[in-house]
Amino acid sequence: MSLKHTMLGATALTFVAAGGAFADGHVSELTIAIVNNGHMINMQTVAEAYTEETGVKLNWVSLEEGVLREQVTSDTATGGGQYDIINIGMQEAPIWGQAGWIEPLNFSDDYDVEDILPAMRGGLSADGTLYAAPFYGESSMVMYRKDLADAAGVAITDNDSWENITAAAAAMHNPDAGVYGACLRGKPGWGDNMAFITTVVNSYGGAWFDAEMKPVLDSDEWNAAINMYVDLLGSYGPPGSEGNSFNEILALYNEGKCGMWIDATIAASFLEVDGVAYAQSPNAGNPVGANWLWAWAMAVPAGAPHAEASMDFIEWATSKEYIQAVGNHPDFGWGSVPTGTRASTYAIPEFQAVAAFADAEMKAIESAAPQATDIKPYVGVQFASIPEFPEVGSAVAQEMAAALSGAKTVEEALEDAQSAADAIMREAGYY
Amino acid sequence: MAIVAHTSKSSRFGRPVLAWIVGLLFFFPIFWLVLTSFKTDADAVKPEFLIWFTPTLENYLNMTDNYDYWRFAQNSVITSVLATVFTLAVGIPSAYAMAFNPTRATKDILMWMLSTKMLPAAAVLYPMTFLAKSLGLFDTHFLIVLVLSLINLPIVVWMLFTYFKEIPKDIIEAGKMDGVNTWGEIREILIPLAWGGIASTALLCFIFCWNEAYWTVRLTTIDAATLSKLIEGNRAPEGLFFGRLSAVSTAAIAPIVVLGWFCQKQLVQGLTFGAVK
Repeated sequence: MSLKHTMLGATALTFVAAGGAFADGHVSELTIAIVNNGHMINMQTVAEAYTEETGVKLNWVSLEEGVLREQVTSDTATGGGQYDIINIGMQEAPIWGQAGWIEPLNFSDDYDVEDILPAMRGGLSADGTLYAAPFYGESSMVMYRKDLADAAGVAITDNDSWENITAAAAAMHNPDAGVYGACLRGKPGWGDNMAFITTVVNSYGGAWFDAEMKPVLDSDEWNAAINMYVDLLGSYGPPGSEGNSFNEILALYNEGKCGMWIDATIAASFLEVDGVAYAQSPNAGNPVGANWLWAWAMAVPAGAPHAEASMDFIEWATSKEYIQAVGNHPDFGWGSVPTGTRASTYAIPEFQAVAAFADAEMKAIESAAPQATDIKPYVGVQFASIPEFPEVGSAVAQEMAAALSGAKTVEEALEDAQSAADAIMREAGYY
Repeated sequence: MAIVAHTSKSSRFGRPVLAWIVGLLFFFPIFWLVLTSFKTDADAVKPEFLIWFTPTLENYLNMTDNYDYWRFAQNSVITSVLATVFTLAVGIPSAYAMAFNPTRATKDILMWMLSTKMLPAAAVLYPMTFLAKSLGLFDTHFLIVLVLSLINLPIVVWMLFTYFKEIPKDIIEAGKMDGVNTWGEIREILIPLAWGGIASTALLCFIFCWNEAYWTVRLTTIDAATLSKLIEGNRAPEGLFFGRLSAVSTAAIAPIVVLGWFCQKQLVQGLTFGAVK
């Protein structure tokens, strides 16, 4: 058999299989691309009830974040139709919505879209249209060891100044006892060290781009923010911080090696050490943008053949009923419900009883401001919602890691970061 | 004489000890992986449970119950076996032609084949994806077998070429004198004589196919997804699921480790062939 015949045969078989599955108009299967995290893993079990009720079999394709972005981007951009439902983040949702790559979401009145936290709703919409429904959301906050802070005679307050944070880290820092004052992200990546660093820059009143979308990494705000970051983490962080991101620090924290950690609010549900207290993110005079905002959300690729069935599933998976289903599930319980999406979740007494971080998390999310402002002429808190941002962010991330490791001075790193960002934006045709 | 005796004694004990140290060093990550696979996710990151812990099969049961391990394993077996067979079917005649009927271009062709391995896979990711989708081959066994075969063909041809060059040309010529045609030469003379080399090449090709992760992750969704995709799907940027990830990784590498254990003699022969010439 020739190659041509074999290929034609394989193509025909694919069409026959697809036709057979949906010949009677009833959708029997949905394929869902998901990011691998605790909430999505739990959903695979909880959703067995959905399959029982509707008869729709759910095929889960679990992928690591980077690979998920790669696959979903290529599939959606080419109208490939490999997935009925995709997990996307807040960086992609408005861009893809505007580009027409994902369908606008329309839910029934029972869904209560107004219950979704306004910051989340805004970050996942474009021109007032919701394009992705948040499955779980997060902001950032300070998670510190109150026992160590009390012993060192220091206090950390909401929206504390960076000077106080540095002083508290210095007081708790005791490397001989295996305790480091501050554990912060240092691993290069636009979603790794740059997520945290951007909030620090925001808090100093800085931004990625000016009104003409020219990078402004050579500004005084960036200089002050990065000097503070390098000093804080370099002096009071664990050795090898330039290799640490969320998971590495989570492990250190649970081993009792961190005095404080400023990171995603979701981390609070993974902490297993006693005496953790929470505070709103520090700032240096500009609290707008000091708390990041992120959500993993569900969307339907444009032109997907089973859009109606996909939206039915998304409506169920991001509903108040789903929160109840997880909370009452014998395998999970109220400590495992996805947070950061709906105001009603925070009013559930059973959830409040097990989630000491609930108030701090909600406050952080509510105060996060992704909208464009005079200082920050783009949407997004710890990122800019433009297609070029991952490339710009990754290039700058390398320079920041170089500054942290001492391979470059802060000034050299910022200078190199500015020229890299400028080249990318120039090539993209912004100016 | 004393120096000779001393050297001989130290090398008699020193080399095995060194070999054991190197061996244990290489084995340690596998040991740690297997050990972690019997811990819960919570225990896997606690220093107090580093060595002493209550073992659990929870991760393995979860893997088979919730992650459809056997479907991924079945796809790995199908694609690796078919790709190995296809690669050998193309590689043996190619290496035969180049070993026994070389032309002036043979060396250049061999070098060109090898140079295709130097192209970064990411450079052709999008063309490959678009091509696969437009031909309706995305997420099919056929596509994965084809890709795995093409990836491994240069190495297989090179290895077989090296083995075949060791066989005296006169034996092949004698076959010709007896009226055996080309196919007969390959089937009745070449394959029996080079059986060991072909087996070790096949084994290495199978291992490469089994372990391939770049394309098998990116060109599949559900139907042709292999164990590499199962492992990839268990990596989490937010959350420490090391117990579960270790169980999936252990179950993914177990078949190939067992195969390698039984065939280690052939593997070593294949890897070191021609190294001391």
